[in-house]
Amino acid sequence: MLADFRSALIHLNLRLSAFFLIISHLSMPASVLSYNMKQSDLTSDILIIGGGPAGLSAGAVAAELGAKVIILDDNPVVGGQLIKQTHKFFGSKSHYCGVRGIDIARILETKITHPNITMMCDASAIGYYEDNVIGVVQGEKFTKLHAPKIIFATGAAENMIAFPNNDLPGVYGAGAVQTLMNVHGIRPGRRALMVGSGNIGLIVSYQMIQAGIEVVALIEAMDRIGGYNVHAAKLQRLGVPILISHTVKYATGKDFVTGAVIVKVNKKWQPIKGTEKKLKVDMICLAVGLTPLSELLYQAGCKIVYVPDLGGNVAWHDKNMQTSIPGIYVAGDASGIEEASTAMLEGRIAGAAAYQSLKGVNLQAQEIIKLSKTELDQIRQGPFGTRPRLGKEKLSALKI
Amino acid sequence: MPKKISNRITEHPILTFSKGKLVKFYFEGKEIEGYEGEPIAAALIANGVKVFRVTEKMKRARGFFCAVGKCSSCLMTVNSIPNVMVCVEPLKQGMKVERQIGRGKLI
Repeated sequence: MLADFRSALIHLNLRLSAFFLIISHLSMPASVLSYNMKQSDLTSDILIIGGGPAGLSAGAVAAELGAKVIILDDNPVVGGQLIKQTHKFFGSKSHYCGVRGIDIARILETKITHPNITMMCDASAIGYYEDNVIGVVQGEKFTKLHAPKIIFATGAAENMIAFPNNDLPGVYGAGAVQTLMNVHGIRPGRRALMVGSGNIGLIVSYQMIQAGIEVVALIEAMDRIGGYNVHAAKLQRLGVPILISHTVKYATGKDFVTGAVIVKVNKKWQPIKGTEKKLKVDMICLAVGLTPLSELLYQAGCKIVYVPDLGGNVAWHDKNMQTSIPGIYVAGDASGIEEASTAMLEGRIAGAAAYQSLKGVNLQAQEIIKLSKTELDQIRQGPFGTRPRLGKEKLSALKI
Repeated sequence: MPKKISNRITEHPILTFSKGKLVKFYFEGKEIEGYEGEPIAAALIANGVKVFRVTEKMKRARGFFCAVGKCSSCLMTVNSIPNVMVCVEPLKQGMKVERQIGRGKLI
């Protein structure tokens, strides 16, 4: 009940906050506004929403080819989620293998110093309007941005799971904990239960230990560990129990989390009576997947399809990352949950494709697209590429 | 004297943290410290504050959750303005931060 209520609230709030911002701006007299908004208009060839790995890669490619680009991000610094990823990446040299996420963010930052790029930080895209206009709030300033081509690289939001007391302070998203620890240098608790054994759950657990937090247990509802074994092995060497076929029954505490009761589940994911265990923890960290952020794409009228292998509702897109609306592109987690290396490749494709649709066929752009597609295919051949590959194939099979 | 800041990470195998100026601000009228420019929520958690608001109908405690200004769990009243997302709002010297009860009051 509470969980439903909370997730409903989150969704409602997401929609309402965008809605009210627009409404308050349009219909209230200036004196009622808490901000004395200054208005201005800006235009560009290509507008990119999101300054993470996908958006920055798209911008770098398009600018290099010769397009004027504006990149928006609602954070004070660019890099998206890379700015808190202290682990080293896997894969090949061209995908920054062996480099920490925080360092990849810095490399990408140097690639957007091109004079064709205008970077706007602390800038929230609050709505899509007709004729490719995006409303942007930046502090006390409201800007209407217009561009013939828009690339949405909005990323993803963390998922929630249902259990009694999941709304208590102390139940935190794994990404949120990562931000607090690795960006701000703060421990949100001392004894943690991690829920979910995908790469995020495994990596963040290890990072919690690096930050001085005791990971009491990591639980996984599936009957196997979801992420890479190398990450799981690091935890096991440090003595963290990884309990498969386990889920959270409920959290305890009045005003904040003081404990968690976990329970074993059978093959049908039903809790097995009598297997409950009480854990004394002050935080429960949820790493139970991500959902693509498609709100602005919905608003733009793009065809949205539900593809579980891509993490939920995504804007349909072709292999050049163009959505059902010509001139609107999507890249990175917003186009299906995957990883930073694939986000960068998708960004490169979207940037080059948007450039070509604006300025005509270009050999260099074609080369970038071809190469990036080959690399994407290679990554998706790996064991963890199966789901995104199937998801993307499902999109290709759909007639729009 | 303000309570000693305890949830800060002082040693880390990979990271060093560059912080702004140490400033004083108020939580529920009590003077505490944080670093200028860090999210208000970060400074509060560093000081051991977990409950940020109480919900309108069911009077449930709410705190930090998403850290990216998406979920609305962390809404607080800052300098008398309600519904401030403290997980993304930068801390400034002298801010008056209060737990928000229900929807908060605009006037």
